[in-house]
Amino acid sequence: MKFGIIVFPGSNCDLDAYHLVKDVLKKEASYIWWEETDLSGYDALILPGGFSYGDYLRAGAIARFTPVMGAVIQFARQGGLVLGICNGFQVLTEAGLLPGALYRNAHLQFRCGWTYVRVENHTLPFTGAARPDQVLKIPVAHGDGNYYVGPEVLRRLKKNRQIVLRYVDAAGRESAAANPNGSLDHIAAVCNESGNVLGMMPHPERAGEALLGSEDGLVIFRSLLQYFDQRGGGSGD
Amino acid sequence: MTETGRHLWRRLGLNDGEYERICADLGREPNRVELNMYSVMWSEHCSYKHSKSTLRLFPTSGPRVLLGPGENAGVVDIGGGWAVAFKIESHNHPSAIEPYQGAATGVGGIIRDIFTLGARPVALLNSLRFGSLEDARVRYLFDNVVAGIGGYGNCIGIPTVAGEIAFEPCYQDNPLVNAMCVGLLPVEKLVLGQAPGAGNLVVLVGARTGRDGIHGVTFASEELSEASAERRPAVQVGDPFLEKLLLEASLEVIAGGLAVGVQDLGGAGLTCAVTETAARSGSGMELELDKVPLREAGMSPLEIMVSESQERMLFIIEPGRFNDAAKVFRRWGLSFAVIGRVTADGWITVKHGGRTVARVPAASVAGGAPLYEPDSREPEYYRERQSVDPLDYPAVEDCTEALLEVLGSPDVASKQWVWRRYDYMVRTCTVQGPGGDAAVIRLRETGQALALAVDGNGRHTYLDPYRGGMMAVAEATRNLACTGAEPIGITDCLNFGNPEKPEIFWQFRRAVEGMSEACRVLEVPVVGGNVSFYNEVEGEAIYPTPVVGAVGLLENPDQQCDIAFKKAGDLLYLAGSSTVSLGGSQFIKVIHQAVAGSLPPVDLALEKRLQKLLVQAVRAGLLSSAHDLSDGGLAVALAESCIAGGLGAQVTLPGHPRPELPLFGEGPSRAIVSVKAAAREKLLALAAKLEVPLLFLGEVGGDKLSISVTHVPVVDVTIFELKKIYEESIPCIMEQ
Repeated sequence: MKFGIIVFPGSNCDLDAYHLVKDVLKKEASYIWWEETDLSGYDALILPGGFSYGDYLRAGAIARFTPVMGAVIQFARQGGLVLGICNGFQVLTEAGLLPGALYRNAHLQFRCGWTYVRVENHTLPFTGAARPDQVLKIPVAHGDGNYYVGPEVLRRLKKNRQIVLRYVDAAGRESAAANPNGSLDHIAAVCNESGNVLGMMPHPERAGEALLGSEDGLVIFRSLLQYFDQRGGGSGD
Repeated sequence: MTETGRHLWRRLGLNDGEYERICADLGREPNRVELNMYSVMWSEHCSYKHSKSTLRLFPTSGPRVLLGPGENAGVVDIGGGWAVAFKIESHNHPSAIEPYQGAATGVGGIIRDIFTLGARPVALLNSLRFGSLEDARVRYLFDNVVAGIGGYGNCIGIPTVAGEIAFEPCYQDNPLVNAMCVGLLPVEKLVLGQAPGAGNLVVLVGARTGRDGIHGVTFASEELSEASAERRPAVQVGDPFLEKLLLEASLEVIAGGLAVGVQDLGGAGLTCAVTETAARSGSGMELELDKVPLREAGMSPLEIMVSESQERMLFIIEPGRFNDAAKVFRRWGLSFAVIGRVTADGWITVKHGGRTVARVPAASVAGGAPLYEPDSREPEYYRERQSVDPLDYPAVEDCTEALLEVLGSPDVASKQWVWRRYDYMVRTCTVQGPGGDAAVIRLRETGQALALAVDGNGRHTYLDPYRGGMMAVAEATRNLACTGAEPIGITDCLNFGNPEKPEIFWQFRRAVEGMSEACRVLEVPVVGGNVSFYNEVEGEAIYPTPVVGAVGLLENPDQQCDIAFKKAGDLLYLAGSSTVSLGGSQFIKVIHQAVAGSLPPVDLALEKRLQKLLVQAVRAGLLSSAHDLSDGGLAVALAESCIAGGLGAQVTLPGHPRPELPLFGEGPSRAIVSVKAAAREKLLALAAKLEVPLLFLGEVGGDKLSISVTHVPVVDVTIFELKKIYEESIPCIMEQ
């Protein structure tokens, strides 16, 4: 299974995603420069965290217009797996691949630290290796992670089970204290209707080794590998 | 010399003698552009004219040292073809008047110092000082400095992994913002800030040059006053996104061997970069200022030469390699321009609009400032304050209350409110983040890990500059040893008042003497640093505040230790010295609102043996936890280890009629360690072999911290209560 990691000017978690795929999962990974438009040969794309274009104007707002994003939209429409982490999530909402928007954190500060998230839908390509309601310890690091959608869309997200992760405490309970940014309904991750595009604010690539404090992020990546294996491999083209 | 002329150079911070020397070096009077170039380069900030002779006291060599002081940063060999580059630098004055940008550009500047050498920045640290948080403007400064540090570091994607903060009224209007960066490089890629080879191209890359930061270094070399707010235009504005592009492009150009010299543009801007690189190589340069990309039309040659616009780099490139380098700059979307050529004559010739606007000898501008050996006099307060016996203060009635009060004081309380605003995990190498004795980051490239700490105590150095200086080095390196790392080098930021005052220079001299002595005995070289003088407001100086940034090496990241208690039943020992004093302690400050008393003696030989014990015990896997004793003494250290581990402890201390002394007394060369019962014998044997005293304290366990002095219970408090006051104190003050 081959992962492509999109690099915008200002991406800074590209290395971390690459390291996780290559050195921890021992799978193939390549960087994809923002000017590229040919995404053939990749089985999954990662839009990594960071500050694409310095987050100037609005997080993800400029990256959305890059040539590679046209190709990413095509890739997603054809059912390709796309994982946006942090800034990658912001880019995906700006590009219209995911519903909602990520506002400034409610407390108006950048927040870095460990959070717990509960798997709300374990039937997706990104969560198939999780147990129902499994609580994962995965860190966040962002200034704009306050997820918002209008009431109408929120109803639809719930109905379609598009809310994939919610912030909870270590025991799996939702609370204001466990929500690091004020996200509506404690939402930490959402997917598109067909379930092949996922955006999440927590950084699973930072929770891939016991030495760093948690291996729970691997659940997301192992799910992708498992999904890919069950589908019988191949690039899917 | 006309009266207007004299007025001009004095206004630019030069004295009459210096002006005469400039005339002698030039063989004529300088024109306005030349005078400004001299003014910025002969400022204290750039020339170290009051500190250089004292700084020679530092031991700067060692088997690992590849690059010592005088370059952009120090470089230390870690084996396997890899080296670590690191440096700390101050951005105090800018932060005093424009805290967000002052702090942000401080971070940006120190990052450039590191990647200029070809090193990939892997960690940031900072040391901050503010006035009392009771003051609204201090809270504003604190909040915005933290935001600025985070704003820059988070965006560029370098983790801020450790730091330290203290609050004293003397920093009220003159906060200290010291930023440190650590980078990793293949030894063979090390590139210097030099300009060899006549005919080579001088290439300016990155941000366009604007009118910001004009005369920033001159501003940094004078005392602050009411008028300082008018200096706001001397503060630069940072663009971390641009610096990220510059970082990547620079490392790519250096890795490709496309540049023969690289220098960042920081204080004194283009003037500093061209004169320093040329002087180091004995070269000259011919510059065409019309080629410099500008932010606005109509900038004068003088403005272009001294602008401190951020995010700019100077590359010296052989003509045959220019096209390859240009490709890299273009790929990263950077503007760049060939602004001149290296010459062999040793002179910097600056042209603008077809005219020569300046012609100065590089070595004179960059290294020709006169060095001063200022008068030194012991300040009156010194003996007076030392003669105070802290035990003359009334005894405290309730030691548990006192512990809670000390633990909740802003100096001691958890700084989580600060570091949760820094991305300390990006790059996925952070094994230990902020909140412990030292940060630990693994190095993917070599399989090793680095321990990083930054320490200083202005109160100590004020009371006794010599011992305070020694203790700063001892504490920073001891923090590394507590993680199991062997110290391999330090960088220092020396924050003092006006060195032209004999009492201030005495503090400076004594502190450096103490630091140097500690470095010699502990065998840790000083490989770089920064001096920040003139930290005074309306004539009142800050406490002398040397800050030590220390780097240690762990051969195996799996063999490292932290401060948290791990398991009920583990045995607790105090390793090292039993000699403590309440002089200058946190306890006296918080409980008796005094800064007085004499510091405890420093036994550097014992310090060295203790650090060796800690390193060897961690490597042998004997320790469950290790925690350096500093602010607040044993009681606070025990509380911190309890909070970090969520486990209590039962401790009995030897008798003393005044329990506050063993509980809160402070002194160097001490650490608390916890050890599994099964490892006890081995630890005792190792300590005996290394001649380090071990005092049995008690056991880890339960949900309370209970301390008895000669079997009389003096402290009894739940971890819940400790944690609450420790963690909520600063948020409570800041979010009131």
